[in-house]
Amino acid sequence: MLPTQNSGVEGFCRDCLVPSRPGAWRCASCGSPRLVAHPELDRLSIAHVDCDAFYASIEKRDDPSLRDVPLIVGGGKRGVVSTACYLARIHGVRSAMPMFKALAACPQAVVIKPNMEKYVKVGRQVRQLMLELTPLVEPVSIDEAFLDLSGTDRLHHATPALTLARFAKRVEDEIGITISVGLAPNKFLAKIASDFEKPRGFSVIGAAEARTFLAGQPVTLIWGVGKALAGTLERDGIRQIGQLQSMDETALMKRYGIMGQRLARLSRGEDDRRVTPDREAKSVSAEVTFDEDIAAFARLEPILRRLSEKVSARLKKAGIGGRTVTVKLKTQDFKTVTRNRRLSDPSQLADRIFRAGRELVERECDGRAFRLIGIGVADLVPAEACDPVDLVDEGAGRRAKAERAMDAVRARFGGEAVELGLIFGTDRRGRDR
Amino acid sequence: MKVTVERAHLLKSLNHVHRVVERRNTIPILSNVLLRAEGGELKLKATDLDLEVSEAIPAMVAEPGATTVPAHMIYDIVRKLQDGAQIELATRNDGATLDLKAGRSKFALQMLPETDFPDLTAGTFGHRFSLSAADLKRLVDRTQFAISTEETRYYLNGIYFHTVEAGGELRFRAVATDGHRLAQAEMVAPHGSEGMPGIIVPRKTVGEIQKLVEDPEAKVGVEVSDSKIRLTFAAAGEGATGAVVLTSKLIDGTFPEYGRVIPQGNDKELKVDRDEFAAAVDRVSTISSERGRAVKLTVGDGRLVLTVVNPDSGSATEELAVEYESDPLDIGFNSRYLLDIAGQLETDTAVFRLADPGSPTLIHDFGQSNALYVLMPMRV
Repeated sequence: MLPTQNSGVEGFCRDCLVPSRPGAWRCASCGSPRLVAHPELDRLSIAHVDCDAFYASIEKRDDPSLRDVPLIVGGGKRGVVSTACYLARIHGVRSAMPMFKALAACPQAVVIKPNMEKYVKVGRQVRQLMLELTPLVEPVSIDEAFLDLSGTDRLHHATPALTLARFAKRVEDEIGITISVGLAPNKFLAKIASDFEKPRGFSVIGAAEARTFLAGQPVTLIWGVGKALAGTLERDGIRQIGQLQSMDETALMKRYGIMGQRLARLSRGEDDRRVTPDREAKSVSAEVTFDEDIAAFARLEPILRRLSEKVSARLKKAGIGGRTVTVKLKTQDFKTVTRNRRLSDPSQLADRIFRAGRELVERECDGRAFRLIGIGVADLVPAEACDPVDLVDEGAGRRAKAERAMDAVRARFGGEAVELGLIFGTDRRGRDR
Repeated sequence: MKVTVERAHLLKSLNHVHRVVERRNTIPILSNVLLRAEGGELKLKATDLDLEVSEAIPAMVAEPGATTVPAHMIYDIVRKLQDGAQIELATRNDGATLDLKAGRSKFALQMLPETDFPDLTAGTFGHRFSLSAADLKRLVDRTQFAISTEETRYYLNGIYFHTVEAGGELRFRAVATDGHRLAQAEMVAPHGSEGMPGIIVPRKTVGEIQKLVEDPEAKVGVEVSDSKIRLTFAAAGEGATGAVVLTSKLIDGTFPEYGRVIPQGNDKELKVDRDEFAAAVDRVSTISSERGRAVKLTVGDGRLVLTVVNPDSGSATEELAVEYESDPLDIGFNSRYLLDIAGQLETDTAVFRLADPGSPTLIHDFGQSNALYVLMPMRV
């Protein structure tokens, strides 16, 4: 628990939004215990807003009979948990957990297949409300975003903190889901704060306490410290952020490269990344988890083709293409294999993406069975730089023309109006249709 | 083995062979150069399993024999020894050390047995002919820049040498392409090359050929088998007794039917001063941040305007007087590719044969030419 809530300074009530007295435990006006107070409350303006159990909350909103049962949103018997509601989380269900494990932990849970269309719609509604607060909204995913509310005091006739509390209330009233807010001097701390008091949280980390607060936290809290780096740090005897704080930036850089610099700065709560609204995508990818493991290349091939077409469609829609094709395979024992290849020219064509990916996948098909396959492109460039006509590869030119013709047919008659023989009669998981 | 050689001879020869040796090797013997002393000469040989270079230098052989030592190391040692020094190479009886002595310097180098050294020369070379080093160098120089580096199309990773019937005579032709541009250079087919199969000589070998041509007057012997090529560079200059022999594997693949790519009906002819053009392209492309951004060529009415626009930094234009009498045309090219080709043209005037902004453009020298270049336009 952060040492900030209800401290000896003025704050406000998150339910009725009236100011609270220093040291108060309940709102004098409405009696709510949801007070927020912090010495720096009026000065902080970088926020991280995260929807609570987003998919599950939406499903519960739309079907009140689900309200009091543990709910898991996720795909099929072989899929993974996309979102678990807080009731399911009590039983130990977590996001990204394989469904069989989740159901073992919480057999009484109701499982719902994700309805992405609906979630995207709700996500947009939330984003719309955010944009009423500030143009500086940087989406991180469908259900979370950073907001920079600096200089909005006069516009909203309220401090950023109060504006955010108002916003949280509005999302609950108008959209019917709850959010958690983290308010801090920078993105790194805001993100940590929003995670602190979920659900319906409102946490504040001030500049003054950042160092002390971080000192006792594990290094994995630092953005960019994954399993591998955490392991390296552990071998070097570093587990807590406090240990990094006492180390010199240059020394850390010598040891861990550019990551060392990040470790040094973030450990002290310093983060100068800005909230940038139109952060460009770095890659475009698609993947699918199978109902049962697949080892045969012949069965992976049509699935990969379908994924390539999905990626290609998104690239074409965005008017971009990519230079590097990456395939991802997850083996039976959950090991992830990624392989990539640089194309001679950037491409947005399903044919080129698929062909590059197919070779990479074929090489990995040595009898191992896979539970997931994915393909993506990175090093994105504008469409104009993509797929120049090749002097010698006439086949590629013909296939490119065929693909453009297929796109035209699809644009007119729908997505499945014309398909390659390779994927005809199968669905996205490679099953017969 | 015990042998004494002149530093200058050894250095020159090591310089030829050591380049073949990869700096990083997983197979230890491939880091080494083979030294064999017999019959009044010291023979050196280095290989990377795809390519082998060997050469012999005059030597006083006190005790014939052979061994191998780290190629880059002995090269560096010999390079640092005093000019004019006599170098003595002697193997110790332990079979593991080579002593190298020159003046007051002494080195002991670890050896690996010469029996482990791979041999690439096996096989029958059914086709033999020879051509002048200058001709060979020209064919290679004109086309080398267009070799593809794309691994997936390995058959484009070299120069395609073959003979063709053209204009009533047999021509010996070199072609390279990476799909964006194509370069073709040719000469009258040397006697003995008729009937030779088309061969693809890999990029690394091409680079070595360029470096091994020292005396343009010398003859180069060419031998071709199904899977290999052997080039014998006749001894050039003072001190070289033996020839340098390069043996290389060929790329096992089929070179595409490139003939269809070369435009025949491009009727819009543009003549421009080669050096002015290259300098102008170089200048305007300064504005583009990436290498090889598109430069737009606007031709019409006796002038050519080059334009580069970089949305992040600005724009540049330059105008040149040209000979052009066809309809006005806008066409874009990769600036680096234009410079590469301009660098290969031999006449002061460059000739562009254009069709339309989406079709391949033909570029060649003014007048009679043994080389031509095809360039794919870019969208601008």
